[in-house]
Amino acid sequence: MSQGDLTMEGHTTALTVGCAFSIPTKKLAMWLFIIADTMTFAACLVAYGFLRNGTPNWPRPFHSITNVAFMTFILLTSSLTMLIGLRSARAGDKAGAFRWIMITAALGIVFALLHIREWLGLIDEGMTMFKNPWGTGLFGASFFSVTGLHLTHVTCGVIALIAVGVRYKGGRYNADDIEVLGLYWHFVDLVWMFVVPLVYLLNLAQ
Amino acid sequence: MTTAEAHKSDGIGKDLAVYVCLLVLAGLQFVIAYQKIDASQMFWRMLTVACVEAGLAELFFMHLWTEKRAFLWFVLIFTISVLLGMQYGWTDAFRMLVGAPFSK
Repeated sequence: MSQGDLTMEGHTTALTVGCAFSIPTKKLAMWLFIIADTMTFAACLVAYGFLRNGTPNWPRPFHSITNVAFMTFILLTSSLTMLIGLRSARAGDKAGAFRWIMITAALGIVFALLHIREWLGLIDEGMTMFKNPWGTGLFGASFFSVTGLHLTHVTCGVIALIAVGVRYKGGRYNADDIEVLGLYWHFVDLVWMFVVPLVYLLNLAQ
Repeated sequence: MTTAEAHKSDGIGKDLAVYVCLLVLAGLQFVIAYQKIDASQMFWRMLTVACVEAGLAELFFMHLWTEKRAFLWFVLIFTISVLLGMQYGWTDAFRMLVGAPFSK
């Protein structure tokens, strides 16, 4: 083996070692963001639980689960359509991948609209950030904070889906970019699985 | 096996199966909400179901299962340890609710 080969081998080793966990940098960055965002949501949910547990007259304003059940169904289905979009992208079916990504974005928009409709209903009943007709004013602050943070994530996700989808169709992004975006979208779905029981189902009217 | 290779080798059947499992588990949370049990029991049951849902979504929808095992352990250990670390505040929440139980 020549000195040149040894030098090249050293180079290759150095480059390989630099890629943590042998996964692409973009994906690793998204995972690190997701881990950090998990802490943000966990802090919000723990603070919510802390307030709920420490406040005797915690309101139970939710009479129906129909809306939240439908929202859950929509979000879970959007995760499936995202996966199908990724599969299409991996298979090289550009038109199919774009179509499924846009369907995912449309489902995200439906979810956001349902969420806003629910907020408006609660606001109509007299709930604000600082007071409500049912009990402690802390409920409004914590409810709007937790669900608002999630809604912000869904909105950002929808914008990202449309932007990445359009650029993927135009050839500027590839299937790896779709996968990275998919990680974010599934994370938004995952967080909702904790928001629903803690914020909605434990506060059903008796 | 990389995630891309895993995608090629698996059909959509697995994704659909996980999706149906997630729908069933989400439905189970709604069933638990209408059970005649006390709030703490309800909370723990719902949290358990949510953790199972999150695990399924992470492993199969987010393809953590097909990543390197070292990365899977990194995500799990790091996330769980920080989440557990956040729980120390609960003692104060109980103190606010029922006085100072740990001083008695």
